[in-house]
Amino acid sequence: MRAGHKLAAVVAGAVALSMAAAPQAQQTTPAPMEIDGRKSGYLFMESATRMLQDDDFLNPAMFAVDTGRMLWSQPDGAAGQSCADCHGAAEDSMRGVAARYPLHDAELGQLVNIESRINDCRTRRMEAPALPHEGAALLGLSAYVGLQSRGMPMEVEIDGPAAPYFEAGREYFHARRGQLDLACSHCHDDLVGQRLRGDVVSQGQINGFPIYRLMWDAVASRHRMFEWCNTSLRAEPNALGSDVYLALELYLAWRGRGLAVETPAVRR
Amino acid sequence: MAEPRLKPTGKRAGSRAVAAVCVAAAGWLAMPATPAAADLPALHEALTDQPGNPARGRQIVRDQGAASCLICHGMPITEEPDHGNVGPPLHGVGSRYSVAELRQRLVDPRSYNPETIMPSYYRTDGLYRVLGRFDGRPIYTAQQIEDVVAYLAGLREPAP
Ligand code: HEC
Ligand code: HEC
Repeated sequence: MRAGHKLAAVVAGAVALSMAAAPQAQQTTPAPMEIDGRKSGYLFMESATRMLQDDDFLNPAMFAVDTGRMLWSQPDGAAGQSCADCHGAAEDSMRGVAARYPLHDAELGQLVNIESRINDCRTRRMEAPALPHEGAALLGLSAYVGLQSRGMPMEVEIDGPAAPYFEAGREYFHARRGQLDLACSHCHDDLVGQRLRGDVVSQGQINGFPIYRLMWDAVASRHRMFEWCNTSLRAEPNALGSDVYLALELYLAWRGRGLAVETPAVRR
Repeated sequence: MAEPRLKPTGKRAGSRAVAAVCVAAAGWLAMPATPAAADLPALHEALTDQPGNPARGRQIVRDQGAASCLICHGMPITEEPDHGNVGPPLHGVGSRYSVAELRQRLVDPRSYNPETIMPSYYRTDGLYRVLGRFDGRPIYTAQQIEDVVAYLAGLREPAP
């Protein structure tokens, strides 16, 4: 709460300055979809899929964003507060946040991503229960927060206390696993652009999440995608929100450094 | 011999495969394009007493739920869409390799290329975090391997 009120005061000031910024995150030149050989999954999609992403009125993930926008200012929990009570307008206070996540939180002494930060705010500040992974509320809020960084370059901190997580994530990505005995890197480094059945393999970048995945007809988080690739390899997945997946997420965010946040993207 | 199921004759096939790796590893650099049969590791002994059935083999390799070869290979199975192109097309593979070499390839593809991404269809050891319902089982049973080998051996036509 303490931090929250401070934040609210800062935000109140900032709101006045940028009220007119209607199409968010589009005022400056957007970050690229390809930089130094790092390529967004967008570039591997067919044009029909790209068109769905390009138009906010067609993009099915925008329903999740609407849910998030609605929840942002809806009080919940014993403290009777909403996200907006502490953070004000998301267009200002959340601008650029998702581009820097996951990060190491010194107070919590662990890595947090957007979803775990939302649940941290809920449990510690709003005194509300944590939201379940892949539920409409958490997907909605993380999509809404992510949207506020759209077009901004992904830029995570991997030094200092984040370094061991980063190394663990890198190791995970390169370790063979499952009955198919493949590492993430076998497909997403070595086979990029080739066909695995009906899919063209991309670099497995995470700049678009939460995404709308046509194959699932659903909005999905980064961790759900990790789970899917794990089970496709017939490997035991890790729990959504687990430290291992957070570490993997940090490594992948760094792997896509400089790529534009595309939240909410559309994928096959 | 009754068909050995889930627990493969791991020791038998496994140790043989390992021996083959050692032979091959001696001068191993890359897969030769037109391999001289003598240089390739090969698994001569069938895994079951029942001869492989090529028609059943064809059904097995198509099965989407069973790590289909089509994920990575083009094959003369035109009724299935979306063949992968990660491995070489398997058209004509029966005229390029002997039955023993094809069997060896399915059981231990790493004896051909230690870095290969092709999974072993018959290995259960040395794997990490296998999904519960597959743990301790090979992708194919011994009989399925024999069926698929029989099918592959009959692929004699080059790609169209
Ligand atoms: C056998 C191949 C294979 C392996 C190994 C693999 N994936 Fe994937 N992955 C895919 C395919 C196919 C897709 C869907 C098409 C695409 O975007 O590449 C995908 C998609 C993804 C995406 C979504 C990319 C986007 O732009 O939306 C992420 C993230 C991802 N994978 C991460 C991983 C991680 C982490 C691992 C290791 C646990 C992994 N993958 C292992 C095949 C693989
Ligand atoms: C995840 C990818 C993958 C899967 C699945 C896969 N393979 Fe392969 N396969 C390869 C690659 C890559 C090669 C090239 C040589 C190497 O790296 O071992 C290969 C090579 C081969 C060869 C030698 C071809 C030649 O012309 O030299 C045969 C035969 C073969 N595979 C059969 C199969 C069969 C049969 C299945 C299914 C039961 C299968 N493969 C499943 C990736 C795969």
